[in-house]
Amino acid sequence: MLDDFLIRAALAGLGLVLATGALGSFVVWRRMAYFGDSTAHAAILGVALSFAFSLPIYLGTLAVAVAMALAVAQLAARGQAMDTVLGVLAHSALALGLVGVSFVPSLRVGLDAFLFGDILAVTRADLAWIWAGAAAVLGLLIWRWQRLVTASVNEELAMAAGIDPARERLILSLALALVVAIAIRLVGALLISAMLIIPAAAARGFSATPERMAGSATLIGALSVLGGLSASLWLDTPAGPSIVVISAGIYAFTLMVCRR
Amino acid sequence: MTPPAAPLIRATDLTVSHAEPDRPVLSHVDFHIAPAEIVTVVGPNGSGKSTLVRALLGHVALDSGQVERAPGLRIGYVPQRVHVERSMPMTVRRFLSLPRRVGNADAAAALARTGVPGLEGRQITALSGGQFQRVLLARALLGDPQLLVLDEPTQGLDQPGIVAFYKLIEEVRAETGAAILMVSHDLLVVMRASDRVVCLNGHVCCEGTPQVVSAAPAYRALFGAEAQGTLALYRHHHDHDHDHVAQGHHHGPRCVQDH
Repeated sequence: MLDDFLIRAALAGLGLVLATGALGSFVVWRRMAYFGDSTAHAAILGVALSFAFSLPIYLGTLAVAVAMALAVAQLAARGQAMDTVLGVLAHSALALGLVGVSFVPSLRVGLDAFLFGDILAVTRADLAWIWAGAAAVLGLLIWRWQRLVTASVNEELAMAAGIDPARERLILSLALALVVAIAIRLVGALLISAMLIIPAAAARGFSATPERMAGSATLIGALSVLGGLSASLWLDTPAGPSIVVISAGIYAFTLMVCRR
Repeated sequence: MTPPAAPLIRATDLTVSHAEPDRPVLSHVDFHIAPAEIVTVVGPNGSGKSTLVRALLGHVALDSGQVERAPGLRIGYVPQRVHVERSMPMTVRRFLSLPRRVGNADAAAALARTGVPGLEGRQITALSGGQFQRVLLARALLGDPQLLVLDEPTQGLDQPGIVAFYKLIEEVRAETGAAILMVSHDLLVVMRASDRVVCLNGHVCCEGTPQVVSAAPAYRALFGAEAQGTLALYRHHHDHDHDHVAQGHHHGPRCVQDH
């Protein structure tokens, strides 16, 4: 069954969605959208480094994404304006990554696959990386769920309950780095944020609690993956962007249905 | 007067500075609060009221001094200006279970106690300011606190709302025996509701019973005309037996309180 590239693509997408539903909800609640973008753009540098040093790309991107997350956390703690910091880091990292890629001849041709993803080329080894990473992220979020939600509602209330908001923020940053690492092969650096934000934003309209929003976002993400792959198959459109287009369509639909 | 019990929190010689160490926000502040006591901290903007509260809770680093909390002290905290993002769906019921999950019966009882029964299914962001304050208080009460800490709890409430809120606080104290530490701007109402008032302006200007503080020169210098009003009101409140019949109508504290 895993021999079929379409089945592998679907399984890879659904694995990713397992992590992005819940994590994307936090990204929306905490206004980390730009942060997600920065980490994802930085991952291109990770791809270049992986090729240069012959590492598995998951390790290279993960290392750079984690470094990015830590750098942002450091700068934010120093009181820099967040959107400026992210704007500087996101685009510097992307530019540096593109420059880095130019030194790796084998990558110059295949760069598109990492900017826009190539979910249809997923191998069994990729599947193992993706499901392991997604399970780790989901497990981490479930384990710390009450603390993460409290800290996202209000940091003062969290501190009074003995929760360290900085630690929870760091945990989310690291989870985001992990998701970027597993998603870059599937939807590419430019569209990872879309996978996080759009399903969660669509789920917001009809969700009454954080848990329902995370669950609905996961379902919407799964629908988008299956719908996007079908569209790609029938209309011969690129798979990653098709998935994002479907979830954007669902978002627009919920906007019309759930007028608030 | 009951004999002084061991304090729930005792702070000695607190000095806290945010940015500039040579201009501390709080300098050499001593503070204590006893079980079942209502203490209110008043002071102008920037006088370090919230910083004092946060230092007592252990949320800020101290330059000097120390804070001793009674072992295992349960604190219920209502911070200043709790803002919940609209992107976060959150029912009142779910909010009460953060971060410690509570049962439906307990949640309903806490909401009823604070005068907002049946709000469980409402979204936090759809509540009025007064309702949200009461939900915050309900959440704080669910931990069965020995000490309630309320930082500017009546900000954004109208005058009847403020009076009703302080009345609720007094009831809570009477029922649960919790001590209450408040930071407030509402001089007039505070003066009536408190056992002890601490007037803060970077350091403790004066402290004591509301009567003592409202007559203190330091307090009157700090608050000017409004302080004169407090003093007048306070005397009025305590001397009311004589004058009331003759006055025809009065807008003293009792009048306000009945609404």
